[in-house]
Amino acid sequence: MNWRNMWINPVLDKEFRLRMRTPRAAVSVLSYVLVMGLLAMGIIYVMTSGGMGQAGRIDPTSSRMMFYALSIAQLVLIAFMTPALTAGVISGEREKQTLNMLLTTQQSSATIILSKLVSSLGFITLLIVATLPVYSIVFLYGGVSPSQLLSVFIFYLFVMLLLGSIGVMYSTLFKRTMVSVIMTYGTGLIIFLVTGLVFLFALSIEQAQQYAASGPPQPYSWVGYVLGLNPAGALISILEPSFSESAFLVNGGNFQAKAPIPLWLEFVLVYAVGIVIFLWVAIRKIRPVRGKRFRPERPRETGGEATDKVMRKQP
Amino acid sequence: MIEIKNLCKTYGGFEALKSVNLTISKGTVFGFVGPNGAGKTTTMSILATLLAPSSGSARVGGFEVTEYPHEVRKRIGYMPDFFGVYDQFKTTEYLHFYGASYGIPRDERERLIPQLLELVNLSDKKDAYVDSLSRGMKQRLCLARCLVHDPEVLILDEPASGLDPRARIEMREILKELKLMGKTIIISSHILPELAEMVDEIGVIEHGTMIAQGRVSEIQNRLRVKRVLHIRVLDRAGELAARLKDEAHVSQVLHDETGIHVHFGGGDAEQSQLLGGIIGSGYQVISFHEAQSNLEDVFLEITKGGTEHELAQHVD
Repeated sequence: MNWRNMWINPVLDKEFRLRMRTPRAAVSVLSYVLVMGLLAMGIIYVMTSGGMGQAGRIDPTSSRMMFYALSIAQLVLIAFMTPALTAGVISGEREKQTLNMLLTTQQSSATIILSKLVSSLGFITLLIVATLPVYSIVFLYGGVSPSQLLSVFIFYLFVMLLLGSIGVMYSTLFKRTMVSVIMTYGTGLIIFLVTGLVFLFALSIEQAQQYAASGPPQPYSWVGYVLGLNPAGALISILEPSFSESAFLVNGGNFQAKAPIPLWLEFVLVYAVGIVIFLWVAIRKIRPVRGKRFRPERPRETGGEATDKVMRKQP
Repeated sequence: MIEIKNLCKTYGGFEALKSVNLTISKGTVFGFVGPNGAGKTTTMSILATLLAPSSGSARVGGFEVTEYPHEVRKRIGYMPDFFGVYDQFKTTEYLHFYGASYGIPRDERERLIPQLLELVNLSDKKDAYVDSLSRGMKQRLCLARCLVHDPEVLILDEPASGLDPRARIEMREILKELKLMGKTIIISSHILPELAEMVDEIGVIEHGTMIAQGRVSEIQNRLRVKRVLHIRVLDRAGELAARLKDEAHVSQVLHDETGIHVHFGGGDAEQSQLLGGIIGSGYQVISFHEAQSNLEDVFLEITKGGTEHELAQHVD
């Protein structure tokens, strides 16, 4: 069994090759690492200049805060990069007038869509992995476990998959890349910003109601579910598990009380369904003619013209 | 090999195809002609499984395109009128990609690709980046791409458009070779006289309706009611031209330095009588022949008149 052939289909192979052959790939990696490096340096500067913690040195708590700040910054960068890299994968082929030829090959719609998505996400993964040396600064000071780092990276992968599947879907639905990019950023904005704002709005109302209520306090509030739809909320709940309880306004008097669901788990469950739907739409819509799922026994036309006879008459 | 029945395609309120019927047998080279926007590309896109018809049926090799597109794609090589290439690929990589996309094993591709490059005269460009190729070379490379899985049917939408005369000739030569290889080819083109040399049949489409279909010679014969006679006489040409205007079946007479051009509506017998009459009247005839109409004339004649029905009425 040739493992390369098994895992790397022609579309994926093409995407990997072509993406890395452009100078843009190297420039993207350089820019991304540069931005992350500058952010890390900025955070270190703020922390060591007496703004936080004890002036002049970093203790594990400060180091952890730095890790959190870097993780949030990375999440924001992913939110910016993923739509840019995925929202043009199909519409870009359409604009370059290569899509029709790709669609007349034997590659299935699912193969084309998933390969495009995987190759784009592969590149973003490369960007993130390239920033690992920046994270190593945090490890110099301690306070963060490798498992936390791993959890955060897996969460990034999921967020990339979410934004990527949205980008690929819009790229399939809209003929122009510009429209697709705008729609993907718009949807990303709803997921990142609107859910957070709705949570803050709902939180203020809920807190006011709890304050005014005279009966026994509820074990938890529904507002946490809103924050569970926000990537930043979910990320913080991975870094600080107690954040889920805070978000759900779990009654502080009861030590046994817990959040109904960790924010990150709600995030993953809800958006996993979304990812499946987005990809399903993209796969269904890429080809106008889908045909029947089963293969025909034999063609209806007589004369045997449609047999698999190969007519090799190469010069 | 290709069977289209009552094929319709509507975009919003616009009818791009109006009940098109077409049958192309195996090994036929079919020239698809018509003005821009007539429905050629729409028909070809439906056959290439890139467009769903609004109604009707289209079959390739017996497989309905809407029901078994996977089977249809195995059997067709499609070259769109406008296409892009992956510029960062080398020509061999480009063909490897499409070969792999059709499920051809690598070792078979290694054997096949040099042959394809030789067929399209690009062997010396095997290591060149696609970006560096001229437009004509890219057209030929795209044609090689169509052939990579050895399809039975080639759907070529304006393969010679935008090419310089030399590149057109090269493309035409390749298509002749493909014809010899027994491929069923549907080719649309605006360069109609070039098509005439290689097509077996033509179909003329206008405003989404097939207005004529058949062998080139048949269609030309049907249009011979409009034959143009070219007459040269030793002297008194002006006098003869004036006299011919009053003859039966003559609709128009033009006289210039090359001779007399008579638009003649009669058949072979009437034409013979006309010649006899001219000679009998004492004119010294140097030549008397029917001007050869090429495919372009046929096309212009048909599309000028309207539908097949109108044409048939005209013929009758």
